[in-house]
Formats: sequence, C-alpha cells, structure tokens
Amino acid sequence: MENSLFYLFSALTVGSALAVVLHKNTVNAAVCLLLSLLGVAGIFALLDALLLSVLLILVYAGAVVALFLFIVMLLKPQTEPKKAYKKASVVAGTMGAALLGLGLCSFVTRGQFSTAPAAEVFHAGLKDYGAMLFTTYLLPVQVVGFLLLIAMLGVIVLSKKFEGQEDAK
Amino acid sequence: MFDFLISILTSPLAITIYKGVAAILVIFPIAGVCSMAERKVAAWVQDRPGPNRAIVPWVAWIPFLGRFLQRLGVFHVMADGGKMLFKEDSTPGHVNKFYFIAAPLLAMIPALTTVSVVPFGTYFDEAGKAIPLILANLDVGLLAVFAISSLGVYSLILAGWASNSKYPFLGSVRASAQLISYELSMTISVLPVFLWINAPGTTGTLGLARVVEFQSGIWHGLSSASWGGVWFGFLMPISAFIFLVCLFAETNRQPFDTIESEADLVGSFHTEYGAFKWGLFFVAEYSHMIVGSGIFMLLFFGGWNPLPWLPLGSVVGWMHQITGWAFTIHPLFVGILSIAIFLGKVLAMIFFFMAIRWTVPRFRYDQVMRIGWRVLLPLSIANLLVYAIAIAFIQK
Repeated sequence: MENSLFYLFSALTVGSALAVVLHKNTVNAAVCLLLSLLGVAGIFALLDALLLSVLLILVYAGAVVALFLFIVMLLKPQTEPKKAYKKASVVAGTMGAALLGLGLCSFVTRGQFSTAPAAEVFHAGLKDYGAMLFTTYLLPVQVVGFLLLIAMLGVIVLSKKFEGQEDAK
Repeated sequence: MFDFLISILTSPLAITIYKGVAAILVIFPIAGVCSMAERKVAAWVQDRPGPNRAIVPWVAWIPFLGRFLQRLGVFHVMADGGKMLFKEDSTPGHVNKFYFIAAPLLAMIPALTTVSVVPFGTYFDEAGKAIPLILANLDVGLLAVFAISSLGVYSLILAGWASNSKYPFLGSVRASAQLISYELSMTISVLPVFLWINAPGTTGTLGLARVVEFQSGIWHGLSSASWGGVWFGFLMPISAFIFLVCLFAETNRQPFDTIESEADLVGSFHTEYGAFKWGLFFVAEYSHMIVGSGIFMLLFFGGWNPLPWLPLGSVVGWMHQITGWAFTIHPLFVGILSIAIFLGKVLAMIFFFMAIRWTVPRFRYDQVMRIGWRVLLPLSIANLLVYAIAIAFIQK
C-alpha cells in the first residue's frame, strides 16, 4: 500500500515536473507545478513528515503558485506560441539532467547507507520542532528572514515608480 | 468467496472510506438545504413570504402538516436540485474546455477534504476519558485545514481564466488577491489559542480536539487549569472577531463578496456556468461555510459543550443522576448528543452568515484590500503580541 502510494506520488511529481518545463501553455505549466508540489507533499506525508507536507501545501501550493497564476493571467491572458529552445539551453539542460542522473546512479549503487536507526528528532512533536528553530537554528532562521525582507524591499524599489520624488532615488 | 469479500469490506482502508463517505453524505445535503435556507432567511429579513409553492402531490393530501411544509418551502430544495440536474448543461464555444469542466470539481475537492481533520463530536470511554469523533486525528490539525482550504482558490482562478471573457477574468484576479490576503490574518488570529493550550510541559499540538478539551474544563485532570472550562471567545474576543471577519472574506460571503459582485462583474467567475456545474460551485461555497463555522465554534465557542462553564460531561452526569437511565451514559447516546449540539451551533452560525448578508452592505474592492492589509493584519499581530506576553505571565 505504502509502496504503491510512493510510486503514485513519485510518478505524479516527476511527470508533472517534466510537463512544467515542456508545456507550451504557461497556465498549464503553472497547474502542473501545482500537481508536482502536491506529489512532493504526498511523499513527505508518507515519510511521516506531516508538518513539512502541510507547510509545503500551505505556502507553495496554496499561495506561491496562486501568485504565479495571477501574474501569468495578468500579463498574458492570451497564450502565444512559445519560442523554440535555443541550442545552448538544450545542451545545458541535457548535460545537467545527465549529471544528476549519473550522480543518483552512483549514489544508489555505491553509496554508503547508514544502518543506524533514524534519530528521535524526526518523530518529535511540533513543539520540539519549534523549540529547535528558536534555539539551535536561530541564526539560520534569522538570516533567511532577513533575506526575505531584503527581497521584499527590492521588489518595492524596483516596481514602484517614484515620480516627482527625486531624493527617493 | 464470501470470506474474501468480507475481508475486503472490513479492511481498515474500506472502513476509512465508509467514514469519509458518511461525512460527505452529511455535509452535501446540509449544503443543499443551506441554499434553500438562504432564500427563506432572506425573505424573512425582508419581510416577504419567500419560496412557498413547491410541493410533492401526495404530501399535499396530509391535512395540516402538508400545508405547513409547503409554506416552509422545504420542497424547493428538490425542485431546485432537479432543475439543476436536468436542464441543459451548456458549454460556451469560446472557453478552454478542460479547465472549464475541471474548475467546479476542483471547488468541491478541498471543500469536502477539510472535513476529515475537523472533530464533530465526542464520547466517554469506560475510564471517563473523552474521545473525539474525527476522521483523521492529526497533530497538525488546524494547519491541515488551512493548507487544504487554501487550494480552493484555484477553482475560482481557473474558472475565471477558462471562461475566456472579461468579467469572469476580473473576478478570478480579485479572488486570488483577496483569498491570499485574508489567509494571513486568519492564521495569525488563532495563534493565541494554541499558545494558551500548549502550556509548558505539555506535548505540542495544533489539533482542534485539544482546544475543545480545554474548553470542556478537564485539562490535565484539573478543572482549575482551564478556569472551569471558559470558552476562548470570552478569553480572546479580538482573536474571535478577526477570525470571524476573515472567515467571511475567505468563504466569499457578503460583505466581502466582491469576487462575485453582480453589480460590477455580472456573475464574475461563474458568469459562463450553468446547470449542475454552477450548482457545484455553490455546494462548495456552502461546504466551506459549514466547515468554517465548525472550526470557529470549536476554537472559540466550546465545540460540543452546550453552554460556557457547563461542559458536556457534567450535563450527561446530571442526566444520569436525575433519571437513573443507563442509556444516558452509553457512548452511542453521548456521541449523538454531542454531534447534535455541535451541529446546532454550526447551523446557528450559518444563520448568522445569512443574517449578516442582509445587514451589512458590500464593501468596495479597494476597501476590502485596505481592511485586510491595513486594519486586520496589524490588529492580529498586535493581538498576538499582547496575548503572548500575557500568557507567558499567566503560565509562568
């Protein structure tokens, strides 16, 4: 049962991720991205990482892809035929995929898997998770938060037209 | 042969499916009846009779009851449903067919999935421990509800986009902006409740059943810990108010239904829809309202406890003492009683939704955005800060 669910979610993830790249229609690509994220969330749920899977759906599937669709529809309500890929990007894409495949292959065939039982942390409740975020991993959390703030300020500065306010520039 | 069949029919997977189907079989008709109630409440508020004509012939032969039911308008549900099923289900030529048909289905999926993590009743086992009736008792509880219901926005976006015409498109753009804006304040407004119940020394949870347990007065075996079962609506009125306002915006109800304001957007995202596809959008909207009202009642108004400071457990205990009947403490009776109380509260809440519709006029779209970002969001953050400090002092 779990195995078949795993295959189902993996197929959904990989198949729709391919469709995101290959599909000509941008709205279809965004919907495929949504399906791909749902597949990843399903795999997280199978790994007992419920919090992660719920957060993935809440933030990425629920909000980020909705904004993608919003922007796609706002900028290009009529779909136009996409240009063919450049030669360089096709070569780069193929090489990247080949490298990734090779890496995965060597990892599966020669990788050293730890046989030790999984750390207790992974089965801990939400509370331990929150406590770790605010103690052990406080600095990374703060850094990420700061990065997001900078990105937000950057968007405001880049997109807002400061007309008639010379000193604002 | 029969053994094999029985083993399939009683497997855990099958039992889970039965439970899910049972929950849907309750939600779906209530959502249908709500559309009828909406018309009747509207008529009542506006002082007119409302729908009072449809009747099944052989019910009309019953002397007084038949006439009463006709006046009540209960048969209009069947008439409306039958009409929606049998009228021509046209698909305009200029739409994107795939998304046009997928959108109403996408509206139904999140609306009916959220039910699985919402507790709707309780019973007491032999040790007197309250066991919640819930399809999936997850630790992430409320977060799962928020996550799944946030997927509901796609049906509105895709319906508007697939319709390939001006007003539906504008409506879907509004929808995506409004639903994302109000999700933020909604999530922040419930945090004080969970700060309070996740006191130091307890295992952390976001489950709704624990919130009701606190409001039932039994908490870590002490009634003093929860102040005798106070409801969070009294402890945190501002949180409750913010949640309620966001609930109106998220379920796309007046005064926040700028998404489908017929004055400036015709019918918005469902302009091009008709017949059963149109009906599915409305069943989904009412299902959202039912689940949302249920969560509001669980969080802030005691869930299945009949009155504040009067938990279900003591009511059942008194009933047993006074009457002496054994069935009053039977788990089945307690379960049905708790479900009835909870459902009653949810229906009262839906009546409130409908009464508000005819009381507060619709906001303009810029006002909706201003309320969401400039009023509710700062208010909910300030509320969270105040309660975080207060709870730290109380639970020290």
